[in-house]
Amino acid sequence: MTLFVEQCLNGLQFGLLLFLLAAGLTLVFGIMDLVNLAHGSLYMLGAYFAATFTAWTGSFVFGAVLAIAATLLVGMAVEVIAMRRLYGRDHLDHVLGTFGLILFFDELVRLIWGPGGRSLAVPSWLNHSVAILPGIEYPAYRLAIIVVTLAVAAFLYVLVMRTRIGMLIRAGASNREMVGALGVNIKLLYTLIFGLGAALAGLAGLMQAPILTVQIGMGENILILAFVITVIGGIGSIRGAFVAALLVGFIDTMGRSFFPQLLGDLLGRQAASTAAPALSSMLIYILMAAILVVKPQGLFPAGSR
Amino acid sequence: MTGALTLRNLTIAALVLVLALLPLYVALTGDRFMLTLFTRIVILAMAAVSLNLILGYAGLMSFGHAAYLGIGGYTVAILCFEGVTSAFVQWPAALATSALFALIVGALSLRTRGVYFIMITLAFAQMAYYLASGTARYGGDDGLSLESRSGFAGLINLSNKTTFYYVCLVLLFASIVLVWRLTNSRFGLVLQGVRSNEARMRAIGFPTFRYKLAGFVIAGTMCGLAGALIANHTDFVSPAMMFWTRSGDLIVMVVLGGMGTLFGPVFGALALLFLEQFLPAAISAVVHPFDPASAARAGEFWQIVLGPLLLVVVLFARGGIDGLLGALSDRIQRARKGGHG
Repeated sequence: MTLFVEQCLNGLQFGLLLFLLAAGLTLVFGIMDLVNLAHGSLYMLGAYFAATFTAWTGSFVFGAVLAIAATLLVGMAVEVIAMRRLYGRDHLDHVLGTFGLILFFDELVRLIWGPGGRSLAVPSWLNHSVAILPGIEYPAYRLAIIVVTLAVAAFLYVLVMRTRIGMLIRAGASNREMVGALGVNIKLLYTLIFGLGAALAGLAGLMQAPILTVQIGMGENILILAFVITVIGGIGSIRGAFVAALLVGFIDTMGRSFFPQLLGDLLGRQAASTAAPALSSMLIYILMAAILVVKPQGLFPAGSR
Repeated sequence: MTGALTLRNLTIAALVLVLALLPLYVALTGDRFMLTLFTRIVILAMAAVSLNLILGYAGLMSFGHAAYLGIGGYTVAILCFEGVTSAFVQWPAALATSALFALIVGALSLRTRGVYFIMITLAFAQMAYYLASGTARYGGDDGLSLESRSGFAGLINLSNKTTFYYVCLVLLFASIVLVWRLTNSRFGLVLQGVRSNEARMRAIGFPTFRYKLAGFVIAGTMCGLAGALIANHTDFVSPAMMFWTRSGDLIVMVVLGGMGTLFGPVFGALALLFLEQFLPAAISAVVHPFDPASAARAGEFWQIVLGPLLLVVVLFARGGIDGLLGALSDRIQRARKGGHG
């Protein structure tokens, strides 16, 4: 029972973290119609920035704030220098161009921070466990991630649905030429949206940093998961990304911890021990393939394009 | 493509000649390394040629093509591990498993289009990747070594590097001829029609799904054969050969060389592997006059040049190498005509 509650919370935490990444991807895709493989690189940069800035300032919070600001700036610079030229082109061009950016950023990080990984300690004021239910303890740091990501999700909802910028974002998604024709500075809007997505990715990276090691290529595995989420949720839909992120977070975490046992009961221990590790890593992809076969546009098809 | 003596055709002829005569150069200079490098180029060129059939001609942006390299390779390696070393069993088995995988993936993913298609092909490749890393019997993450290369009952000895190179080269040329015959057939014209305007092709009455699926399976099978070759080349298979960045490399080769052109993928494979091999030394040479101390280290960071280079190709040279050659030939032709007239 303890394990189950713990794994549920882990699934929730992982899902919410994935949502931060997927939200940026789906915003950029929905509005600029751009497939951005380099999104994982921004996640990686967020983690590296946080490691460096925390060491400088000696405070995790200051380090995190600086890291978010730095990723935001890098994101906006990337948009102005490279992405802007890719809008309106073939998806193949996006994939190839941003694939080039991944190579660039991986190597840049190796040049600046060296090939070895970095580690970032959990801040001491969060380095304890909290009793969430009588008899069930849970690390405070992971609870903090859940709280922060939920707050960010709420902020995004308000930003997109209740503010003038959000109105422009939604308008840009449905008809960008018209928004431009009405006198909105659409270029600036795009740069801001891309920067926002980058900052969200950076936030996800820096929060994940104390749990995993900070290393080159850390963005590449999680990027694919984030893409799976945007595709399951329906590209361009933030609501879809939220639902799909939680779904993927739960299934991945639960699959890894309980699937081997379940399989063992069904097939016998011998067969399960060989098949389970492979199958539990594949669960997410099987889920995605199944959803796309039934609903080729994802769970929440955004608009009608 | 005409039979005229244009710059592009001359370059292709030169390329074919270089590929065919390379072992002679190696025999004369004793530069064994070039033979290994070119064997790898030829095999990956074959994989790129197969991807080009669906990506370049049919416009199907598969982002999971490296899976077939892995499936072909693993079929050979697993059969070898289980004691079956005859190529007459291994290679048809590699073709059959990759064809079957392509049939399943194609049947499911061709229902979607656009980015969804990119992502679902990627998802299937990731499944293959995780399947390989999860099966402990065949090495899991660490990969699986081949005890011996595929045997041709004493007829062909693949352990001889020159023989193996020629086997790969003949298969590469065979696949180029196959793609050439296919793209000029009714089938290939339908595929190219699908690339330009699928709705219209359907309206004319072509069951486009079946054509796309057939193309997808042919491309997957060809790439599976390249996988069987690569397993023999490195005497080793591992899940890493199916990781999604490998699929990205194959796309880079096709686009760098020139999409939807017969020899483009060969140029692309050659260019990418040459960059991979010689860019580090080139960077060191450039850095050396300014900062001799760190010149050797600077070469390690060659991808910092390759990445932006890809971006530049995407932005400014859509036709890739083949397109550049074509444009140059046209210019030369026009200049010559102007001179005579």
